[in-house]
This record gives sequence, C-alpha cells and structure tokens, in this order.
Amino acid sequence: MIGPLFGVLFDGFAYGMLLFLLSVGLSVTLGMMNFVNLAHCSFAMLGGYVTVTLMNRLGWPFLATLPAAFVAAAAVSVVLERLLYRRLYRASDLDQCLLTIGIVFVSIAVAAYIFGTVQQPMQLPAYLQGSIVVMGVNFAVYRLFLVGTALAITVILVAALEYTRFGAQVRAAVDNQRMARGLGINVEGAFAVTFALGSGLAGLGGALAIPMVGLDPSFAFAYLIYVLIVVSVGGLASIGGSFAAAALLGISDMAGKYYVPQLGAFLIYLVMVGLLMWRPAGLFGKR
Amino acid sequence: MTTGSNALAEPHLYLRAQARWHGIEIAFWIATLLPFLLFKPYLLLASQLAITALFALSLDLILGYAGIVSLGHAAFFGVGAYAAGIVTKYGWGEPLSGLLIASVAAALVGYAASFIVARFRHLALIMITLGMGLLLFEAANSASWLTGGADGLQGIKIWPLFGAFKFDLYGVTAYGYSLAVLFLLFLVARRLIHSPFGLSLRGIRENPLRMPAVGASSQAHIRKIYTIAAAIAGVAGALLAQTTSTVSLEVLGFQRSADVLVILILGGAGRLYGGILGAIIYMVARDQFSGLNPQYWYFWIGLLLIAVVMFLPNGILGGLAKLTASWRHRAS
Repeated sequence: MIGPLFGVLFDGFAYGMLLFLLSVGLSVTLGMMNFVNLAHCSFAMLGGYVTVTLMNRLGWPFLATLPAAFVAAAAVSVVLERLLYRRLYRASDLDQCLLTIGIVFVSIAVAAYIFGTVQQPMQLPAYLQGSIVVMGVNFAVYRLFLVGTALAITVILVAALEYTRFGAQVRAAVDNQRMARGLGINVEGAFAVTFALGSGLAGLGGALAIPMVGLDPSFAFAYLIYVLIVVSVGGLASIGGSFAAAALLGISDMAGKYYVPQLGAFLIYLVMVGLLMWRPAGLFGKR
Repeated sequence: MTTGSNALAEPHLYLRAQARWHGIEIAFWIATLLPFLLFKPYLLLASQLAITALFALSLDLILGYAGIVSLGHAAFFGVGAYAAGIVTKYGWGEPLSGLLIASVAAALVGYAASFIVARFRHLALIMITLGMGLLLFEAANSASWLTGGADGLQGIKIWPLFGAFKFDLYGVTAYGYSLAVLFLLFLVARRLIHSPFGLSLRGIRENPLRMPAVGASSQAHIRKIYTIAAAIAGVAGALLAQTTSTVSLEVLGFQRSADVLVILILGGAGRLYGGILGAIIYMVARDQFSGLNPQYWYFWIGLLLIAVVMFLPNGILGGLAKLTASWRHRAS
C-alpha cells in the first residue's frame, strides 16, 4: 500500500517540477509587466522541437540539446517581444490575450506544417533510462534527473532574484513599476531580459517534457492551461509560490488520474476555480 | 457623435437618437433573405452562420458592452445544445419549446456563474471563466449516461416546425428558423443596448469603480447582463442542436470559446453588428479555405488575430467607422 502511494507521490512531484519549469518564467514576467502572455507554451514547444531535431537529424547527445533549446526559445522570444509584445504593454488584458492566442495558433500551424501532427519519437540516452528501486518504491531515473534539474534551477533563480543587483531591480519593478522607473531603473530593459530568460526556461521545460508527456503541435494549448493554473494559483512573480503550486498540481493530477480516473481533469479545474475564488491573487500572491 | 448638444443634455433624446434605424441596417436585414434565392446550395452554411452570429452577439453583450472578458463562453452554448438535445431524447421534439427550455437552462447556469464572475476582474476573471468552461466540459465528458460522453448525444428527433416545416437536408427550414430567431434576439439586444441599462453597462466597462459611486451597482448589472447573455448563447446552442440533430462534446470545448472571441474581435466588439459581420467573414472564409488545407486554417486565423490587434483595435467595424468619420470630416 505504501509503495504505490510513494510512487504516485514521486511521479506527481516529478510532473509538478516539469510544470514548474514551464511556468516560472510566465509568473515573473506577468508579475512585472502584467502582460498576459498566453503564447508562453509556444516557446516551450519550440524548445521541444529544437531538441528533437538536433537529436534525430544531427545526432547531438540529449544533454547538449538542452542548452540549445533554452537559447533558441529565448532568442525567438526576444524577437517577438521587440516586434509585437512591447507595443501592447499598456493595452487591455483582452488585446494581450488575443495577440498571444494569435501567436499560439500560428505556432501550432507552423509546427504541424514542418513536423506533422504525429508524436515526435525520441530515444533517451541509456544512462537516463530504467529505474532504481529503493525500499520497494520505483524511481524512474529520468524523473530523478528532472527533479534534480528543477531543484537546481530553483536554487539558482531564488539566489539570482534575492542576491544580485539585477534581481533587486526585477523585484522593485514587480512591487511598484512606476516607483522603480522613478528611481532610474530601466524597467523595459530588465523586462526584456527577464522575458528572454523566462521563455528560455520554458524552452528547456519543453525539451525535458518530451520523454514524460510527448510532443506534438497541440502541446502549446494543452499545457498552457496547466501553466496558467500554476501561475494564477501560485501568485504572480513568486518563485516559491509557483514551486508549491506546481508541486501541488502535479501530485493532485497524478493522484487523480491514478485513483479516480473517471473524473479526468475535472478535479484539477475544480481545485483551480475554488482556489481562485478563495484567493483571487493566488495562494502566495501579494496583490 | 453626430447628435447635437441639446440632445446630449437630455439623456432620453440621446438614447432615442442612438436607437434610430439606419438605412444600411434595414438593407442588411433584407439582404439576409438573399440566400433563399441566390445561394441555395449554401443554406446549411447560412444557418450555421446565423447561429454563430447569435452566439457572437451574446458574447458582445458581456464583452463588448460590459467589458467582461470571457474565455469560457461556450459553456452556455453547450448547456443550451445539450438541454435541447436531451429534451428530444425524452420524447418531446417540439422545436420552439425546446429553445425555451434550453434558454432557461443556460440562463440558470449563467445566473449561478454570474455571482462568481461579477466579483473578479483582469487575470483572475479570465482564469475563472476559462476554468468554469473546462469544468463543464469535463463534467459533460464524465456524465456519459446523460450526454453520451465523447460519442456525442445519440437519437435526437426534432418534430417539424409548427407541425408543418420539416428540417430537411437542404436547410431551407433550418436557415429560415435560425434567421428568424437571430433577428428577434437581435431586436432584444438592440433594445437592451439603447436603454438606460445598456448605457450603464458601458459605464461599467469604462470604469467599474465609479459606477457604484453614481448609484448604479456594478455587480447587480453584471449579474443581469451575464444571465441574459447566457440565455442567448443557450438559444444559439439549441439552434445548432435542432438544425443539425447532433450534439457532440465539441459544443463545450475551449476551441469554440476561442473561435467566438476571434469572430467578435474581428468584426468589432462593442458594436451590435460586430459579431454578425465577424461571423460572416469567419464562416465563409472557413468554408472556402477548409477545402484547400484544413490543417492550416488556424495559421491564417492567428495571423489575422495578430493583425487585427496590432492595426485595427476596434475590429473591422471600428476601422470602417474611423474611415467614414475622417471622410466626413474632410468633406465638411
């Protein structure tokens, strides 16, 4: 009894860490500029396709493709930010929503055009396959790798946000954008960098997601909903909040699928709507 | 804008001036009869178009006029469609009373949801409407004893309209029926918008905090219009169920919520004809393009959406209004 329970907890936590990687960038950028970027998961999808292409066509090793996925997603996001997003910083939520939904539609069609609508095949290197058994509980090696990566990134992010000059500027811009501007902080510049980093993390998340959830053009929408749940439940610009919300969501989703499969995703949406009604600014949100 | 200063000073004169029927409007509604004569093979498409236009109109009431962004409006469309379909399964196939039952069902759901919706704005509102839509989708998916689940609702039997007009394969009855319902509900919406209630809705859209300060409770108004919009969306869903004799899970899907938003924004939100114009362009374009390559339809929709947001913030009708205004300005 305990074995399967721990197994579900671990798998759910690993899944939650994946959701954390996918959503942490959106949480910070949304908190800074209040820009509703529904195209966030398109960047994740891009990272996934970069990894698949580099591995299958050019024969790169899996680990080497991960930085490439990060860089590619970050680079594309900077171009889009300069071309489109920046013109809508002061526009309404609705306009921002629509623009980014448009980008999602385009990205899905482009992915379908280039790669087709089938799931992308991917062969993990041998050292990430298989599983180890500790006290009767099965730990898949890849999930351990995922959890380790996510934890390392969390530590780096928290440290960067709390202890660097740039992190302080970002926090100031999140707390009070006008005041930060008044103090001479280049909010646009800081935002552009944060946006690129956040999208890069999404790209990395997309690449790491393939062995767990697969990759096809519907990724950009399917995971958008999970990402939005993490962000809105965790609260804006709160790394700890995103982390907790992602872990909670991952575990409850996995447990729901395992113990009450007939309910499907119903439970998740119910929890989300309930939490938002109770605390509209999220569990850990300040505003 | 063209009303004189004394008309602006007298609110009821202003409203009456706004509500006056324009020649173009009358011409447009007469033109909606053309498919019966000219485009007979496209009558089924025309009936789908009228239904979509009605759905977009219902979204316009809450989004365009009251400023409530909703990413889950298909919920009410779906409730209406399922209500109309399920009634026929239990042996009552009369279409008009079916519409009524569907609109009541959707209005009840909408009324319940309005208490939640009225309390939130911005991102939380978007997320909550999205969440409620998804919740209903999953509920319909799970409750397969009632809805047929992923297979869709089976065995819908609609009696002939007024006992005389059968819903046939060519869509003559379907289009006439959908068009008549669209026109009637359009009149209702038009009356609503040009009433003091409609004016206060626009006030809420512009500043939801100031309206209670001048004595109009934002939340009560939002609850009312949300319920009305839900009822109209339910009628649109019921029309689809009755004219096509099928209800699938897709009526509740996120795609439908997103589509209707695109349609409304394309035509111009906050304008009575925005949803209708958007529906015409969207449905006709989809019909034409889907023959070529259905997979890439959303590429063009996405591109269009980006272009509209960047260059035509008030949709096609907003752009046209701007053009005619500048043209008039130059002429005078």
